[in-house]
Amino acid sequence: MLGNSRFCKFFSFSQTGFADDRVRTQRKKHKDFSRNLPILVFLGILVMWHLVSLAKIYDPNTLPPPSRVIKAFSELLANGILVRYSVASLFRVTIGFYLAVLLGILIGILLGTWQKVCLMFYSLIQFLRPISPLAWIPFALLWFGIGDSSAIFLIFLSSFFPMLFSTVVAVKNIPQLYFQIGANFDFTRLETFKFIVLPAILPDIVTAMRISLGVAWLVVVAAEMIAVKSGLGYLIIDSRNALRMDYVIVAMVTIGLIGLVIDKAISQLQRPAFVRWKFERK
Amino acid sequence: MKESKIEIFDLKMKYGKDKVLVDDISMEFIERREIPRDKKDEDKRQGEKVDVLDNVSLKIYDGEFVCILGPSGCGKSTLLKIIAGFIRPTSGSIIIDGKEVNGPRPNNIFVFQEGGLFPWLTVYENVAMGIRHLKNEEEKRLKVQEYLEMVDLIGFENHYPHMLSGGMKQRAEIARALAVEPDIMYMDEPFSGLDFLTRLHLREELVNMHLYIQKTILFVTHDIDEAIQLADRLIVLTDRPSKVKMNYEINEPHPRDINTGELQNIRQQLYLSMGVHYTL
Repeated sequence: MLGNSRFCKFFSFSQTGFADDRVRTQRKKHKDFSRNLPILVFLGILVMWHLVSLAKIYDPNTLPPPSRVIKAFSELLANGILVRYSVASLFRVTIGFYLAVLLGILIGILLGTWQKVCLMFYSLIQFLRPISPLAWIPFALLWFGIGDSSAIFLIFLSSFFPMLFSTVVAVKNIPQLYFQIGANFDFTRLETFKFIVLPAILPDIVTAMRISLGVAWLVVVAAEMIAVKSGLGYLIIDSRNALRMDYVIVAMVTIGLIGLVIDKAISQLQRPAFVRWKFERK
Repeated sequence: MKESKIEIFDLKMKYGKDKVLVDDISMEFIERREIPRDKKDEDKRQGEKVDVLDNVSLKIYDGEFVCILGPSGCGKSTLLKIIAGFIRPTSGSIIIDGKEVNGPRPNNIFVFQEGGLFPWLTVYENVAMGIRHLKNEEEKRLKVQEYLEMVDLIGFENHYPHMLSGGMKQRAEIARALAVEPDIMYMDEPFSGLDFLTRLHLREELVNMHLYIQKTILFVTHDIDEAIQLADRLIVLTDRPSKVKMNYEINEPHPRDINTGELQNIRQQLYLSMGVHYTL
């Protein structure tokens, strides 16, 4: 950008930067407009949905019109179910996710540091990783019964393997050069861990957390459909059984919105300079 | 001009003391990428052996600025890393101050070719890393400032390496090495990734710094002009497996004009010996 404006100035010196200013305002206008585009897309879909439902070419029970969904939304908000279920889902995700992050990072660092242990467990991890956490539902119910703990267990499984795998890879990818510098400056084992290993893997861990949290939020809905009697997933399956498709849509929209918010929140972890260095390109 | 001549003379007086002894170092790498599958011979199944260094012996005196020069891939960097203790030689030993080297040492600092700063620390934190044991915070701060000033990086303390240019990163790394006040500094082609002008500037700064602190510097380069400009002594290695081909002492004062007098002769000889038949 800087180079560009300098370029403009250089070639329009007789107009003393006039062309430069015009380019800048045009660019600003363009930016403001493109910022509104995502909202326009949402509005467009809403309008089309409304128009289609007005045309009355299908049974309104198979896809309720937006007006009914909005009504259902206010109903569910008023009787507190939506808030209570959202909190229940978020609670399960938070606990399962934190457990997965904690254990995934700890075991990941151990495996990444100790070559022999890593070789021992590597195949096992690669074997377990592709098994969908949903495949564990029968065992989760058998071991933990219907309730929070089986849902938390499933969420833990969904986030644990991505966290573990990313941490192992991140530790193994630390350039040897940094350890040589550490040795040169006479780092102790603790200092090597504190000043090299931990800061070097931090950006990869944040990225892995962002991905696993997304997966956890996906899995919680499925887990709640089967393993518990509350939460947004339960709201969906329960409303389907009552053929209240408007409630189903409300639950879906809420899941999408909360997913958007938590992704935005966790992406803030990528902003501090001691994390961002890895994402900077020269 | 006269003053620097006296300094060189003083330096020469110190030469009585041995600093680094490279005693009969040999090094072979095993090329594991091309392992023949059907060889029954145990030795060959390990992979092809590549001899890098062939019985290299050197004596380096205290306070000397030694340039190790050689063609590309001849094992200069390997030799330096062996001296620094990062690599164990196949045979032979390194003796510094009468003690055998078994690994990297905190008072012999290595300056890497590229990317030697910790990217997750600011310039200030990087430089402070070497002197983290200092208890007094104020003393630590002053020292970091002092060395940042020496390499002309004041105002960039809170910048991260990715925000700096190549030359600034290299200067920051040199500041980090200097802050430790090392006994010996190893430099592995530290200027090779930089543009021409920055390289000339840094050479000049390095010469001044060496005259000022008078510590031993081992400097690996493939650039003949750079070596002639900097070195008190030139060590030229042959192609692989490397031996010491020449061991020149240069007694010219700084700043040097490499296009006159004895230096020009040395330069011409070096170009010839490395297979280039004209000097630009």
